Amino acid sequence: MLTIEDADIIQGLRRGDESVFASLFDGYQNSLLRLALMYAADQRLAEEIVQETWLAVLKGIHRFEGRSALKTWIYSILINRAKTVAQHEGRYNNLTLSLDEQPESNEPSVPVDRFHPDDDHPYPHHWLNGPSDWGDLPEDKLLSDETQKVILAAIDGLSPNQREVITLRDIEMLSSEEACNILGISESNQRVLLHRARAKVRQALEGYLER
Amino acid sequence: MDEHDLTCQELVELVTDYLEGALPETQFKRFEEHLSGCHDCHHYFDQMRFTIRLVGRLSESHLSSGAKDELLDLFRDWKKELPEQEKPENLEE
Repeated sequence: MLTIEDADIIQGLRRGDESVFASLFDGYQNSLLRLALMYAADQRLAEEIVQETWLAVLKGIHRFEGRSALKTWIYSILINRAKTVAQHEGRYNNLTLSLDEQPESNEPSVPVDRFHPDDDHPYPHHWLNGPSDWGDLPEDKLLSDETQKVILAAIDGLSPNQREVITLRDIEMLSSEEACNILGISESNQRVLLHRARAKVRQALEGYLER
Repeated sequence: MDEHDLTCQELVELVTDYLEGALPETQFKRFEEHLSGCHDCHHYFDQMRFTIRLVGRLSESHLSSGAKDELLDLFRDWKKELPEQEKPENLEE
């Protein structure tokens, strides 16, 4: 289960090799901070959560059995810690829903009024006004800071579960297996959450890019 | 609905399942057939891929953190607590 690289890092930490710890820090700090910011109200609290995570990694490294990848383990520590803190602050109440009992509602990826309704058309359920070709948009606009802000705001507006999944999958580039392990949800539920999240971000982008 | 054809409204719900390789074979074929013949859905599909790419760019944003020095201090404190046999290099110091 463990890669050779992970095993080397774990050995290095166990014998107290500071350079191993420093490079682990450099590789993870940015991601951990970004994940913590999903839950924490501000940067200061996020940094606190990240620091506690690192201390928990050091405390736990001798007991870490390598049943999951090192990254999965570290992210899990952070997310559990961050959820506890956020719950304590009353920011995270909606996560008490059990995910597998309560899959997402049937909210559509695209508003129903974008399609021909059932019966009044030879092609029912086909696009009324179809999406435009973003390949025609200037690259500058797609890659602008403004576009990034629109995406960040859209992600911020997602449900906590959707936000977790899109962050782990599309920003941190974890595999679906890793994301499911960290969040403790099924693959199919994860796909539903990911799809809803992407669809909402797409919609926000469409609203911004085509206005 | 025709059992063998996917409508546009159905296709938009299946994009992530398609990209994740989670569609059963018959659905997968219907998806690709529809996509190859429908400009609007092709654009939608491309927009979703653009979206994924643009979201991925957020990983490049660097969040400044001055925590490293403090944490390295904590690391040294932690190291002192390690059992002797775990840090043979200290014997030479």
